[in-house]
Amino acid sequence: MTERQRRSPRPTTLDVDALLTDRATRIVVCCGSGGVGKTTTAAALGLRAAELGRSTVVLTIDPARRLAQSMGLAELDNIPRRVPGVDTSNGGDLEAMMLDMKRTFDEIVEAHTDPRRAGQILANPFYQSLSAGFAGTQEYMAMEKLGQLRAADEWDLIVVDTPPSRSALDFLDAPERLGRFLDGRFIRLLVGPARSGGRAYVRMLTAGFGLVTGALTKVLGTQLLKDAQTFVTALDTMFGGFRERADATYQLLQASGTAFLVVAAPEPDALREASYFVERLARDRMPLAGLVLNRVHRAAAATVSGSRARLGAERSIAAAETLEELGSGPLAAAVLRLHADRVVLETRERRLRDGFTAAHPRVPIVEVPAMPNDVHDLVGLRSVGTALTP
Amino acid sequence: MVTGKGGTGKTTVAGALALSLAADGRRVLLVEVEGRQGIAQLFDVPPLPYEERQVAVARDGGAVYALAVDPEAALLDYLETFYRLGRAGRSLERIGLVDFVTTVAPGLRDVLLTGKFAESVRRRRGNGYAYDAVVVDAPPTGRIARFLNVTSEVAGIARVGPVRTHADMVLGVIRSPQTAVHFVSLLEEMPVQETADGIAELEQTGIPVGAVLVNMVRERMLPTDQLRAAAAGQVDTDALADGLAKAGVDASDRTVEALAAELVDHAQRVGAEDEARKTIEALDNRVLELPFLPDGVDIGALHQLAARIEEQVNP
Repeated sequence: MTERQRRSPRPTTLDVDALLTDRATRIVVCCGSGGVGKTTTAAALGLRAAELGRSTVVLTIDPARRLAQSMGLAELDNIPRRVPGVDTSNGGDLEAMMLDMKRTFDEIVEAHTDPRRAGQILANPFYQSLSAGFAGTQEYMAMEKLGQLRAADEWDLIVVDTPPSRSALDFLDAPERLGRFLDGRFIRLLVGPARSGGRAYVRMLTAGFGLVTGALTKVLGTQLLKDAQTFVTALDTMFGGFRERADATYQLLQASGTAFLVVAAPEPDALREASYFVERLARDRMPLAGLVLNRVHRAAAATVSGSRARLGAERSIAAAETLEELGSGPLAAAVLRLHADRVVLETRERRLRDGFTAAHPRVPIVEVPAMPNDVHDLVGLRSVGTALTP
Repeated sequence: MVTGKGGTGKTTVAGALALSLAADGRRVLLVEVEGRQGIAQLFDVPPLPYEERQVAVARDGGAVYALAVDPEAALLDYLETFYRLGRAGRSLERIGLVDFVTTVAPGLRDVLLTGKFAESVRRRRGNGYAYDAVVVDAPPTGRIARFLNVTSEVAGIARVGPVRTHADMVLGVIRSPQTAVHFVSLLEEMPVQETADGIAELEQTGIPVGAVLVNMVRERMLPTDQLRAAAAGQVDTDALADGLAKAGVDASDRTVEALAAELVDHAQRVGAEDEARKTIEALDNRVLELPFLPDGVDIGALHQLAARIEEQVNP
């Protein structure tokens, strides 16, 4: 086992401080599956960057209440606010904001059409459903807001948290999916053949135009079909603007000043998602900085040099059993059992990490130890920042 | 229905619950709706198609079947079942209706997903139901109320018409006393807070809330008073060294110090868990606890978790 461990590739260590202090780094995107500590990581990175001297803004999506409060974020209002209590002696500072998804969407609509039509769109039940809960709206709006913050150019560094999606990849796909839909034939069918021109109309006829509209009415009902028609007609007028913005944001993500950090925990699901993400970023030529592995457990006693061989899990359990049979040393017996569990857990986490590294040997990793308590103040964020830069 | 914040082990708990319900020769359907193939991973079987497949056996001939509901397949299924739209259904797919419904109209998508398992709950087989129980690995806590409360989600879009009628049927099943939404939590502040918020939100919709399943609970290695002292950094290192020596393992200062540090860390976590437990106990829901498994969850471990659920439900 020891031999095998020695032969398995060791990951290189991700240098977070170098990334944060590099003036060329303008955007850091934290992504990963839900429940791995993305928001805390983003906040801790922002704080560290600010205290290292960079003028930083953190865009958070859905922070825990107490974490938000500790950063001076009382409400979701789309306005970056100065975080109190940050050490600005190195010349940096920190602002933070929470994404208001619906408001961001409304603003896009207002920016791309005249007030009368904007009013119609905002009142449409389809728009309301879409802007409040489209599986991807949050992702799309986070990217939109990132584009806006970057365009404002008021900060040296933008740290962005991504939404807790089912799949970590959603936010890359969302703009394209919306674009594909708006470009799709269903829209043309609803808007009418006039817009799409002759060829699509001919294709539609061969698909059985009457049959299709008849079926649509039957399935969706007349009223729903009418609302959908009004909505997409209105949306259609803004389509060019939507596409343009989605493309611009996508290019921004590919730019050299952007760094993606994939965040995971040493669990099979989270690392599987992280793997997909690494592959996807490579395919889309998005700049990956490395993997932040949160909540890593280390058996303290195993790090004592030379003691690992002597105090592995089996040895610990055997020793605990000896004491229990003797009926003495209950404290030592408990501590040995505890240690055995820690060693088992550590071994498992290491195996999972090495599996990731075997698949992605060039992705640097930084491991952040599991904290006994939740982080909800600047002191806690600062200690996460320290842990991120061992 | 099993919901929970990301990272709480929602899918694992749903799998264990399905196994426990299938014991003694019963048939249980385990449904996943998020397209993650989490059930296949959990039961170590190939990716699930849109088709009910047996994935595990339980005590005395019990069986767990699994189904991965995919919104697109559910839509075509719906069109076929309710409208017999063979050819036209496929045309709708070609023109992008499927994209529309599954992507841009979230209320409609959720009606399709919930509609599929509502159907499996009502399905008959011989003189009884096709399944004794249906367990759904539902979306996470933050989205569960919207997901299940389908009628209100589509109300703005479909006030009348066939979609509305279907949504009403689905909500009828979800609101009935046959349904219970269980929340998976950890003994950590954020998941506990989300659980409390999720329960409050769901209660307003009239959908029945079930138990809180507390997952990954650490085993207490020492009596409470000793743990409290250890959490404050007080460990009797002399007694520890003594015990280690008696057990014949290295009792050097460095080892004793390192082991004491592990105990302090454990005790602090246990202390934080106790705080979180107080909030959960104040919720007034039934609470079940499942142990933390340091070596991860395989099929054997899943059966162990199922047994722990059974013990607590039928003591």
